[in-house]
Parts: sequence; C-alpha cells; structure tokens
Amino acid sequence: MRKALLSAAMALGLVAAAPADAQTPKRGGHLTYMIAADGGPSLDGHRETTYAVLHATAPFYSTLIRVKPDEPSNTTEFACDLCTEFPTPTDNGLTWTFKIRKGVKFHDGSPLTAHDVVASWQKIVHPPKGVASAREALFVMVDTITAPDDETVVFKLKYATLTFLPALADPYAYIYPKHILDKDMHYFEKNILGSGPFKLEAYEVGQSVKGVRNPDFYHPGQPYLDGFTAIFAPRQSVRTEAIKADRAAMEFRSMPPSARDQLVKELGDKITVQESDWNCGNVVTPNHKKKPFDDVRVRRALFLAVDQWKGAQALQKIAVVRTVGSLVYPGSPFAPTKEELQQQIGYWPDIEKSRAEARRLLKEAGQENLTFELLNRNVDQPYIIVGTWLIDEWSKVGIKATQKVVPTGPWLDSMRAGDFTVALEANCQNVVNPIADAARWLPSEVMRENFAYFSDPVMVDIYNRMLKETDFTKARALMREYERRVTDEAHQLMVTWWYRIVPMRSYVKGWKISPSHYLNQSLANIWLDK
Amino acid sequence: MLQYILKRVLLVIPTLIGAAALVFLLMRAIPGDVCVIRLGSGGGTFDPKAIATCHAELGMDRSMFLQFVDFVWGFFTFDFGTSMWSGKPVIQEIGIRLPVSLEIAFLATFVAVAIAIPLGTISALKQNSWIDYVVRIVAIGGIATPSFWLGIVSIVLVLDITKAITGTPWMPPIDFVPFTQDPLRNLSMVILPALTIGYRYSAVSMRMTRSAMLEVLREDYIRTARAKGLIHKLIINRHALKNAMLPVVTLIGIEFAFLIGGLVVTEQVFNLNGVGRLFVQAVQNKDYTLTQALVMLTVAIFVICNLIVDLLYAWLDPRIRYN
Amino acid sequence: MSTTVMPVSADDTLALRPSVWARCVRFVRREPLGTFGLFLVIAMAIVGGLAEVIAPYNPTANDFSAMTEAPSLTHLLGTDQFGRDLLSRLIYGARTALIVGLSSAIVGGAIGLVLGVGSAYFGGRIDLVLQRIFDVVMAFPLIILALAVVSIFGTGVQNVIIAITIPLIPRIARVVRSSALAIREIPYVDAARACGFGHWRIILCHMVPNVMAPFLIMITASVGQAILAEASLSYLGLGVQEPVPAWGLMLQGGAEEYASSAPWIAIFPGVAIMLSVLGVNLFGDALRDTLDPKLRVR
Repeated sequence: MRKALLSAAMALGLVAAAPADAQTPKRGGHLTYMIAADGGPSLDGHRETTYAVLHATAPFYSTLIRVKPDEPSNTTEFACDLCTEFPTPTDNGLTWTFKIRKGVKFHDGSPLTAHDVVASWQKIVHPPKGVASAREALFVMVDTITAPDDETVVFKLKYATLTFLPALADPYAYIYPKHILDKDMHYFEKNILGSGPFKLEAYEVGQSVKGVRNPDFYHPGQPYLDGFTAIFAPRQSVRTEAIKADRAAMEFRSMPPSARDQLVKELGDKITVQESDWNCGNVVTPNHKKKPFDDVRVRRALFLAVDQWKGAQALQKIAVVRTVGSLVYPGSPFAPTKEELQQQIGYWPDIEKSRAEARRLLKEAGQENLTFELLNRNVDQPYIIVGTWLIDEWSKVGIKATQKVVPTGPWLDSMRAGDFTVALEANCQNVVNPIADAARWLPSEVMRENFAYFSDPVMVDIYNRMLKETDFTKARALMREYERRVTDEAHQLMVTWWYRIVPMRSYVKGWKISPSHYLNQSLANIWLDK
Repeated sequence: MLQYILKRVLLVIPTLIGAAALVFLLMRAIPGDVCVIRLGSGGGTFDPKAIATCHAELGMDRSMFLQFVDFVWGFFTFDFGTSMWSGKPVIQEIGIRLPVSLEIAFLATFVAVAIAIPLGTISALKQNSWIDYVVRIVAIGGIATPSFWLGIVSIVLVLDITKAITGTPWMPPIDFVPFTQDPLRNLSMVILPALTIGYRYSAVSMRMTRSAMLEVLREDYIRTARAKGLIHKLIINRHALKNAMLPVVTLIGIEFAFLIGGLVVTEQVFNLNGVGRLFVQAVQNKDYTLTQALVMLTVAIFVICNLIVDLLYAWLDPRIRYN
Repeated sequence: MSTTVMPVSADDTLALRPSVWARCVRFVRREPLGTFGLFLVIAMAIVGGLAEVIAPYNPTANDFSAMTEAPSLTHLLGTDQFGRDLLSRLIYGARTALIVGLSSAIVGGAIGLVLGVGSAYFGGRIDLVLQRIFDVVMAFPLIILALAVVSIFGTGVQNVIIAITIPLIPRIARVVRSSALAIREIPYVDAARACGFGHWRIILCHMVPNVMAPFLIMITASVGQAILAEASLSYLGLGVQEPVPAWGLMLQGGAEEYASSAPWIAIFPGVAIMLSVLGVNLFGDALRDTLDPKLRVR
C-alpha cells in the first residue's frame, strides 16, 4: 500500500515538476484512447450536450476561442484558435471584434472565412425554426453577429457582462462551412467536415472513430500525432483493463480512485496520473412543493445534518469527489474562502453543534421522525456512493431516509414532473463560467430546469444585478449574497464537488488536465514519447 | 399435413401482433423521454425549446394511435423507421451490429455442440459411474454460473496469467475487426465471450443429450439388438444416437433463441459492439423505434425457431398432426 | 391424495406401499448428488433464516475506515468498497435469494399450474388464446419487462419478484399443459364428468395431482432460474437496489471495478450464486430421476 502511494506521489510529482514538458515533442505515432460512453446521438456539437459526442468529434473542428491548451485550468484567461489576437471590447464592453486567421482551409479544401464563423455562431445563438441549439440560453446577451469583411467578426451585445467571454469559449462551438449550412442545417448531425487538426478517416457506428493528421493545419508543427483511434467503452472495468494491457493509452473523462490505485500499483512508472477539481458536483434538491420540505426549518435541518468536511475526506478514497465548496467552482476567484464558506448552513466546521441545531429545528417543526425517499440515479460513481453516505449522515439526526435508485430516464422524468420528495442531482458545466453557472440555482419560475420548485424574487434580483456587473470585486460580493440566499433559505445544497482523475500511459505527453472533461480535447498538442 | 402447416403458420401472426402491442404500450408506460435524456443526462443546463424541437422532429407529439399505426404499417412496407436517438435508419443500426453478435452466437453454438454431444453420450452410456458424475457436475456448473460473472472472472484471469507467464498482461482487443480483414485479431476478440456463453449452452445440451440417450437406451429394440449380439458400438451409432438426436436438435434450436438474450449481458462485459448492447442502450435511452424493432426481431427469431421445431415434430410424429 | 405405485425392488421387504421415511432413505441412497443438492438448499435456508443471529455485522453499515479490506480475522470474507462486511452481506443475501427464488417459483408455479391445466382441460378457443399469450410473454425480453415493472411500480424486492415471475408463468404452464393433455384423454376423466362432477373439482382433484411430477421439477428449476435472473437484472441496474444485500447486486458496480485489486468482492457472491443454483438443480434432477420411472437404473 505504501509502495503504491509512493508511486502515485512520484507520478504526480513528475507532472508537477515539469509543467511545460521540457522535452521537444516528437512527431508521429498513433494514439488510441477510449470514450467512456456509448456512441452519442448525432455528431453535431451545437445540438448535443454529451461528452461522448465531444470526445469523438472535437479533433476534427476549430473554434473561435478556447481555453489555453497549455494552461487549461486557467479560468480567467483564454486563447485564440481561429482568431489572430485577443480583442479588447469597445463600447463599454458591448462590442467584440475578432480578426480571423488567413489561410485556414476546411478538410475539403474550401477556405475558412469570417462568414463561416458568423454562419456557425448564428446557428448556435439564433437557430432557425426546426434547428435545436442546446446552449442557446447561454447567449441571450448577444444581439447581432456580423462579418463586415472576410476577416472580421463582430459580436454586438445587448448588455455588458462577465459571462460572455467564457461562454464564447464553449468547446462545442464548432465552426462549420457556410456553404454547407446554407444547403442543409442538419448536415453535421450525420457528417463530419471541419478545419481541425485531424481529418475523419473512419467512423464505425457504436464502435470507434478514426482520425488522421490534417497536413494543412494552421497551428505550425501541429498536430504531432499521425492519427488517433477513439473506441467507445462504456464499462469502467473494460477501461481499466485496457490501459493495463495497453489496448488503449487513456480515457479523457475520469477514473475512480480504485482504478487509479490499481493501475499505479501494477504499472508503476509506466503510468502517469493527472488530477484536478472538476466543474461538476452533486446537489441535494428537496422538492419545496412536497410537505414537509416546504418548511425552511426542515430543509435547514437536512443540510445541517451532513458533515461535508469529514465526508469528503472519506469519500475521496472510493469516489470521484474531493473538495467541499459552495455553488461556485472551488478553483475560481469567485469562490468563497474557507472562512466565508464555514459560516453557511451545511458547511459548519463543528458538526456536533450543527447536528444539535438540526435536531432542534426538526423538533420545532414537529418532524423528529422524518422519513422520506431519496431519488437517485443508478450510476455508482459517484451518485450511489454519495447517496449512501448522505443517508448515513441523515440517520445521525434521526432522519430515516431510503434510496430510490432508478435508471437515467425515469430519474430525469420524475424530477421534471416534480414527482419526488428529495432528489440527488448532478450539476455539470463545461467552461468555468461562474456567473452563468450560477443561473441553474435560480427559482423555478425563471429556470425551468431547477427541480426544487420554489419561488424567490430576492434571488432573481441579486442575479440580474450580478449578470450586468462588469467590475470583478463587486460581482464577487454579489455572488456571496446570492450564495447566502441559497443556503440561508436552504433551497438546495451542493455536496462535495467532483474530482477528475485521469491516469494515462506515460508515453502520452502534451495533454494537460482541466476542470472539465469537455475542454482541451482537440488533441493537437499531444505527442507520444515512444 | 398442408392444413397443419398453414394453421401453424397463421398462428404466428397473432403472436407477433400481441408482442408489437405489448412493447409499444410498455415503452410508453415507462417514464423517460429520449429528448430529455439526450439533452439532460450530462447534468448541464439546456434550453427547454430544444426539447420541443426534438419532439416535433421525432414525431412524438402525434397521438398514440397514429404512432402505433405508423409502427405496424412499417412492418408491411419493410420500413422499420429511424432510431430516435441517432436519427439513422433502424435497419442500418442493427445491420452494423449483427455480424458481431451472429459470429459469437455461431461460435458458441459450434463449441457447445462439439462438447455437449460426445460428453452427454458418454455420460449416458456410463450412467452413475464417476465419469457420469463429473459430467453432470460440470453441466450443472454451466447452468448455475451467471455468464457475465464468468466473463468478468475470465478477463481478469487471462490478464493475471499472461502477466505471470510473459510479464505483460494481455487482454482481448476492445474494437472489432471482421474475420475477413484480420482473422487472428477477430478470433482473439471473439473466443472468450463465445466460450463464456457457450459453457451454459453446452451444459444444457449435454444434459438433454444425456437424458435423451438414457431414454432411448431403455427402449425394447435396443435390448433386442443387444440380445442379437451386435457389436456395442454399432448399436449405439445406428440406433440409439439417431433417435436421441431429435430432442437434442430441437433443444439446440430453441436455446439458440435464448442465446441472443444471453448476449445482452455478455456484450457489456467484453465491450462488444453487438445487438445485445444496442438493445440495452435503446431501452435506457427510451428510443422507441429502435427498441420496438429489436424486440420484434427477438420475438420473430423465437417464433420462427418454435415454428420449425413444431413442424419438424409434426412431420415425424403423425399423432400430433391430427390432433 | 393419489398414490404412485412403485415397483418392488430387491431392497424392500413385503412393503407394497413404502412409508414416507423409507422413500426418503431410498432417495438418499440412490441419489447422492441430489441429496447433496438438497443439503445445500437447506443450509441456505437455515443461514438466511437465522441471518440476524449468525451474521457478525450489520450488512448495511458503512465503515469508511475499513474499505476493500482483504479477508482477515475481523472480516472473514473481507469488506466491500463501503466497508461493509462481505460475510454478513452474503448471509443476508441468502435470505433475499431464497425469498426471490421461492416466491417467484411458487407464485409463478401456482399461476402456471392453474393456467396450464385449465388450458388443457377446456381446450378450444381458451387454449388457443392462452397459447398465443404464452408465446408472446416467453419471447419477450426480460429486460423490458423488468424495466417496466421497476419504473411503474418502483424498485424493491417485491417488484423484482413480479418482474421475474412473469416470464416463468408461461414456461411452467406449457409443461403442465402437455402433461395435462395426456391425462385428459384417459377415460376416468370422462367417467368423472359423467358422474356429474364440476369442472373445478375434476381439475383440482383429478388432473392437478397427476401433473405434480413434472410440475415439481419445473418449480425446482425455476428457483435456480429466478436467482440467476435477479443476478442479471441487478448487473444491468434493473434489479434490487442499494443498500439491500442481494448476491446479484453485489456483483454489480463495485465488484467489477475492484475485480483485480479486491477480487473477493466479486468472487464470493458469484460462488454463492453458483452453489445455490447448483444445489437446487441437483436436487431437481434427482427428483426427476426418482419420479420418472423410465429413467431409473434397472
């Protein structure tokens, strides 16, 4: 066991010690990796939300801007992909003008101009009738998108906001050729044609996606790889064993701690592990429309009973969770300090005091023998594990809860129909965009997808002010107010943010982990040390 | 005879219609919406308009009656619809995955039969000897072991054993290549799952062979043949085995239909892109058209196997025909 | 009830109707494998029944300080990923397995018996319609039935039993029906009708007892099938749910994840399933050998 920990430390240390990969990238080689899901529905990034589609298609496309490939955990600075340099907004933050690179070609040889960028973004922000855009709501601040000439794209906003730039770095915002979009908006659901570092070689439905280097790629020297194969592998055990046997080098989403420990123990220095906080977490959502959870005292008691600090420490050994945080991603400058956090309900450092208060509140509300069913999704990591832990915690104040574990379809359906008492949800965003990410906590009259079913105009007011606030310090203060409102009224509780663990074969170099498994997947800067 | 065949074939139709109605109703009774799963299962927020667009696109906003008519009509026109999840024609989705499942099914059948018939025969000939006991235990082991558990254990064993012997662990490939393209790689992927499923299949066939042989060996005409002094082997081969084979063959035929069901869990364990895995996905995604088509396929295979068996029996045993 | 006349063998002395005890003794002597199977089943029943007394730990008590521990003196079979004692979970799992297996087999058997005999007795249209319904249900994939039951009625052991029982009914009904068909032609049924006996009396008093032999064999086979079905359903996430201790559930999720590093989590439940289904099937085989005169060794 100690030997394993030592190897793990060494593996992590290697990564920390040489952040910029002091070696020169070698050209050539074929990367085989796995996608931790079954094949996604369509191939159109604008339309889908599942990472299965992203991991399979991102290498074929370019985006306007993106997270920095060498520093993908940086949540405040972004890099250009198709643009030439990062613009400063004019007009009090209302106008953003991007200059597009010259000489970029799509894989069919046609040139990429600002008009293609505009056409693709119009599809995302103002989709025509019959065309679905999954993240349309992120871009309500965008008024117009125009291309005054072949090399310039102008975004005009309705109001200035700190949420625009992170939203623009959406990894799903593929740039499609305008001449194809004009003919058929649904073309990219079944076909792939981009300008990215790799060209499509073969797509075997349900099984694998193969790509080959794009010789005309506009970032000089890249991609280093000759090609890649992505294999769909939905079961965790298959993925662990495949890495052991070197049938595949890695998988880009995350592995549970046990898989990491196993691989480190058996492969020693042939395995490198990168870890990061994850922009995902579980949320305890009491249905305010179901008694007794319409009573704020009962809700507060529910949250006070849970010892997140100790729980996170124990759970991180068996589940992909680690950090205790509020509704803001812990690694972001918008996140509260530990002191600020520990004053909120559900985060008190003294658990005995917290539980005593919980019992007192339950007694006052007449709910000492509270019994309910926790609706949960039938996925082990980490839903069922977190659910099991929560039930244990609640039992310590006399709450008798049981888990009702259902498959994904019924889970989503029950929540949308309000047909549950308390549910364990997931909250997963891609680019860290704290203010935009905070929108999902808004009351149900504004945010239809908030399954807590409550009304709170104070929250809505705070949020609207925060959305339009361009000064960082003031925005952060507003975020604290927003947060306090959620925990004081005990609307929903964020429990233990998830933790990304990505073990990979040591010959894979150049890839850096980020807070989201949706980011940094173009594979352009990956090389193999073989 | 013709009348019997006709009657028997006609009886297939209400079964198929019954199955169609049942799967149609059940799928819609189960909560879950393919559009919501498609957009919401990642945990991220999405636009409610997108769901409405999706529903309209898939025809889910039509009345149930219209949807059912569409479904049944599709069978007559051989248009089995498009998958609600991927938008591809159902025939294409199934067609891509059928070769994998069929290859494993046939390999499993071949292995099973090659083991079952000789062992079952020997076990019957030497009833209650130690060979018989060993075969019976092995056979019951095959019926008692969950095949997916066997699959999990076998992969781990292969990994550990290859690591112990050669120093590098070996695992079957996780992506499929057709036999014609690379026979060795293809076989290395298919052999473990075939053995895992084949074990149970061979166990059932072994037991049936044994009991069929036992029954036949009791028959008077066998005693007569023995009394006549013919050589033991001749008796067995010409008389007993031939007559014992009928129930065995029919069992193999019927069990083949159940084999497809066994593929469902096994394909998960071995990461095979087959029809079983497609089925699990379709059900989990609430993809009505695909699930319905797959269920009808399973039911059709089952019904056809039964039909063939019944006709075979009728042909061989006149009493049944005239019932 | 009815008596099956047994041929006298050399062991018996002047007893034309051997006592139940004598029959049992003969069974044990003739069918050692079957007796072994019966012993396994009885052991399982005792273990499951006395679970509260025998199990060293609470099967659902998480212990995050003792996760995935190898078998040791404190935990004889080790612990799983939540720190729960595997031996205790196996013991309580025996109870769940027996409940699921026996309930499914008995309820399915009872319904199948009535439907099968009724179908054979009444014949005609009723028989035709019932046969088609049986066809549909038998051909229908278990997953969808299970998912439908789970989604509509919720999870829980009783709903898993419902999901497993439904496909069992037509299988049992089929076998019972073919036996009953043979009996229907025997003259005494006509005679009974001529005497004015009602349908139900004939069915219950005359036909049912005579299909008991194949029926009992099907029941024992069904117990094994039910236990295996629960395992498969749990593996796919459609069966019993956490934290109920059930062998099939123990093989899902964590077991696979830890198959190389903590193999005991996967091995012991699998072995438990194997042994219990083995026992039930061995006993069922022996029962068939005993009840079916043609297969006995001369």
